[in-house]
Amino acid sequence: MSEFFQQLVNGVTWGSVYALIALGYTMVYGILRLINFAHGDVYMLGAFFAFFAARWLGVARSPTPAGALLVLLISMAGCGVVGYVIERFAYKPVRKSPRLSALITAIGVSLLLENGGILVFGPDPKFFPQVIPASNIPLGGGVTISNQQVIILLVSVALMLGLTFVVLHTRVGKAMRAVSHSHTAAALMGISVDRIITFTFVLGSTLAAAAGVLVALQNPKIEPLMGIMPGLKAFVAAVLGGIGNIPGAVVGGLVMGLAEVMVVAYLSPTYRDAIAFVLLIVILLVRPAGILGRYAAEKV
Amino acid sequence: MRRAAWTAGTVALLLALDLVLPGTLNPYHMQILMLCGINVMLAVSLNLINGFTGQFSIGHAGFMAIGGYGSAMFSLHVGRGWVAALAAGGVPAPIAQGAALLTALALGGLLAAGAGYLVGLPSLRLRGDYLAIVTLGFGEIIRVVIQNVDAVGGARGLPGIPGWADFFWVGLGVAGVLAVSRNLAHSTHGRALFAIREDEVAAEALGVNITAYKVLAFVIGAFFAGVAGGLFAHYLSYLNPNSFTFIKSIEVIAMVVLGGLGSVSGSVLAAVILTLLPEVLRPVKEYRMVIYSLMIIVLMITRPQGLLGTRELSLRRLLGRFRPARETA
Amino acid sequence: MTPQDRLRLGLAGTALLALLALGCGGAAEPELVVGEYGSLTGNDATFGQSTKNGVELAFDDLVAGKQGRIGGLKVRIVVEDDQGKAEEAATVVQKLVNQDRVVAVLGEVASSRSLAGGPICQQAGVPMISPSSTNPRVTQVGDYVFRMCFLDDFQGWVMAKFVAENLKLKRVAMFKDVKNDYSVGLAQYFTNAFGAMGGRVIAEQAYQSGETDFRAQLTALKAANPQAIIVPGYYTEAGLIARQARELGIKVPLVGGDGWESEQLLQIGGDALNGTYYSNHWALDFPDPKLQDFLKKYRAKYGSDPDAIGGLAFDAANVLFAALEKLAADDARTFAGLSSKFAGKPERAAATKRLRDLIAATANYGGVTGTITLDANRDASKPAVVIAVKDGKKVYETTIHPEGRPAS
Repeated sequence: MSEFFQQLVNGVTWGSVYALIALGYTMVYGILRLINFAHGDVYMLGAFFAFFAARWLGVARSPTPAGALLVLLISMAGCGVVGYVIERFAYKPVRKSPRLSALITAIGVSLLLENGGILVFGPDPKFFPQVIPASNIPLGGGVTISNQQVIILLVSVALMLGLTFVVLHTRVGKAMRAVSHSHTAAALMGISVDRIITFTFVLGSTLAAAAGVLVALQNPKIEPLMGIMPGLKAFVAAVLGGIGNIPGAVVGGLVMGLAEVMVVAYLSPTYRDAIAFVLLIVILLVRPAGILGRYAAEKV
Repeated sequence: MRRAAWTAGTVALLLALDLVLPGTLNPYHMQILMLCGINVMLAVSLNLINGFTGQFSIGHAGFMAIGGYGSAMFSLHVGRGWVAALAAGGVPAPIAQGAALLTALALGGLLAAGAGYLVGLPSLRLRGDYLAIVTLGFGEIIRVVIQNVDAVGGARGLPGIPGWADFFWVGLGVAGVLAVSRNLAHSTHGRALFAIREDEVAAEALGVNITAYKVLAFVIGAFFAGVAGGLFAHYLSYLNPNSFTFIKSIEVIAMVVLGGLGSVSGSVLAAVILTLLPEVLRPVKEYRMVIYSLMIIVLMITRPQGLLGTRELSLRRLLGRFRPARETA
Repeated sequence: MTPQDRLRLGLAGTALLALLALGCGGAAEPELVVGEYGSLTGNDATFGQSTKNGVELAFDDLVAGKQGRIGGLKVRIVVEDDQGKAEEAATVVQKLVNQDRVVAVLGEVASSRSLAGGPICQQAGVPMISPSSTNPRVTQVGDYVFRMCFLDDFQGWVMAKFVAENLKLKRVAMFKDVKNDYSVGLAQYFTNAFGAMGGRVIAEQAYQSGETDFRAQLTALKAANPQAIIVPGYYTEAGLIARQARELGIKVPLVGGDGWESEQLLQIGGDALNGTYYSNHWALDFPDPKLQDFLKKYRAKYGSDPDAIGGLAFDAANVLFAALEKLAADDARTFAGLSSKFAGKPERAAATKRLRDLIAATANYGGVTGTITLDANRDASKPAVVIAVKDGKKVYETTIHPEGRPAS
């Protein structure tokens, strides 16, 4: 029985990793209707920025909570700038173009960050410094959880609540919702659509950076291609939860994580990805707009 | 009558090129030409789904894998026996191999088409990005299954596939997919597909059976992707599941979008360019993929509708420029 | 000129440039051109880069000792990237053989890509030396394909013998990488050999390279209560696996293969690796002067320790250079056929055939990864070492020789 509970803990903590990445995905999608394929790669950059910041500040050698927070903030700021640059020079020029052109641009940016990363950081994996030393918390009955896992779980829930608050209860959030409904109508209401989109994008990139740092802390191996698979799975999680829906991203992430872990534990480890995708297809066939998504009636 | 003349002409041209090219091009250029052909097939067949019908599929590598592995298994276990038996009966080797290859390709194509039917079904309920994710999931499921089945070599790959596919067969495949696309575009069925792309609700109101047509696009597209996979297998003589990741699907989508969604000649052009580009960039070594990705971004920004938009390069229009001059002479 | 015209003109220009770039080549001074292919980018980029570094160091030695010349011909090495894809590997080998007209090819690391490139070299009659492909089928392609490392079946037997006889354990669990042909093969050979020695694999789990969370699989393995866990994967995952295993309270030894060898292994795994073992081609603390000299140069040039792949590539390049030197000394007229002047001529074919014979005759060559003798199957027959990790350091544990192994 303790094995089952341990797997439950594994599933929830792994799912919270997906949730953390999916949050940024879903928010950008909600406003721009753009699958930002480069999100996973910004997540990778976040981990690398933190890696260099930690070495440069010496936090790697003598970890303190304040130092860890500083590293996190530097990485988020760095990725915010990167996100701004990507939005300004790659996505803005194709905003009026067909959606698929924007998608291919996003794929191009993703390839650029991956191959640029190999060129600049080198292809070999790096060890991410333990800016918050790991410790195990026994939950009784042989089940354990690490403090880093708890942090990831708490941060994703906190971010979910924070983002929901921003979107529902602030002026910027109101503008974001307006832009997501209709760019034209929002512009007519005096909202600077460009600024809202840039804001969303920068916010999404800082979220990716936070995810990168926290996940690298838990699984301290970082390399330039580390964003591809988690990025893809997190996107799937976002769709599963209902893309564009902020609580949906967290629910989708947790469902994905739990499903994968339970498949490994009780069905077949070699078919982990296949069964995760089968589950996804089944859920989408039953609820075509995702678990928490609302099905929009087609306008005629 | 005209169709028969076209077919005979194409086959004769391909046979002639098949005899001439290996002597004039070195095997490296030959290989790039063959990969161009296979990528053209993939791009044009995906264009039927994404370009003509406006569905969003990112699972093309999955269809290719099914066709590749299906036809390779046939050749390894049945086709080779046929060739040996036919050769013993005095049939010349190229004909015996051609017959076996044709059967293998048809089988691979049909298997992929069957998968296309299954994947097409959810498109009735799912739209846009949700459909994209289902097709992507399908492609990954195929890859993971192949990776775990020992009978097809699993992660170690499948070596020793007979290398029967030469220039003639790849050329025939390209001609086939082009002919089907072109004829489809000019037929009632093609108009129905375009109508679905432009406005599903309006198309349905006009009496287009959108269910049947969406699935049809998936079936035809998947069939040719499967044939392309079969040619790929019988040309390289080796298959590995890692050749069919979602990144391969994305490469094909990039070709379709870059060429111009819905434009057949655009898909051809973009497939050729995107196959040649990495080869041309070889001298810059490690910077190759960085420059390649930068060029994709720049191309998309400068020509967001793709190289040709929805227009077609027309041989007739191109020739038309010279025709008056010739008449006066 | 309408915009369409301009577009067409641009496209025509691009196509022309492409053809030019593909078509040009050919140097003025006659050279000795050697090809190398590897995954410089993509998922396996570390392997391609290590191979490139090893070959570069061998070339540096050639430059320092003989001004970069063999038999009076200037040696040039052409390196091509295959992005870690089998189909790209076939393309680049075609390019090396038919475009650059190389006299021999070095590569690849991954068996899948050596299997794609090998038949092309075989057909063209160009010798190919794979530094580190361990799948038995690689050299079965034909008599022009060689390798510098031991095979998976031997290594599987070595690991089984070490677990059964040195650690004296009977019940182990297997944790393999199903995306990786090397890992799947090694797992199979280990299971067979271990069964023959009276041991048993009581639980099996799998992961895919690139994953970072192994807690689910490890929790399931822990429940089976094995005496050791076999992890026949690459160091890129092994360090994290060790870390998460210890976190979940798994204290039994982990045992791996040569894929574990890297400086990064210890950095990523840290103290969690204490009490783990892996079989390898070499032990860096071995007092062999040739090895220590190589290490010194490698550290000076690249600022890090080489992995075994780099060492094997160094040896592969040197075995090739030695065969070339010998051909130049023994038979200068045949050797001249290797000059770029004779590309595509009958002299070249005769010369590469002699070169092949000389490589095949390699015996007792003292490389940095041990003494290399190529057997009748063109595989290197050499002992394996087992390395233990103790107190955060890699320590030489024992050497296991191929003798005494039952014929498979």
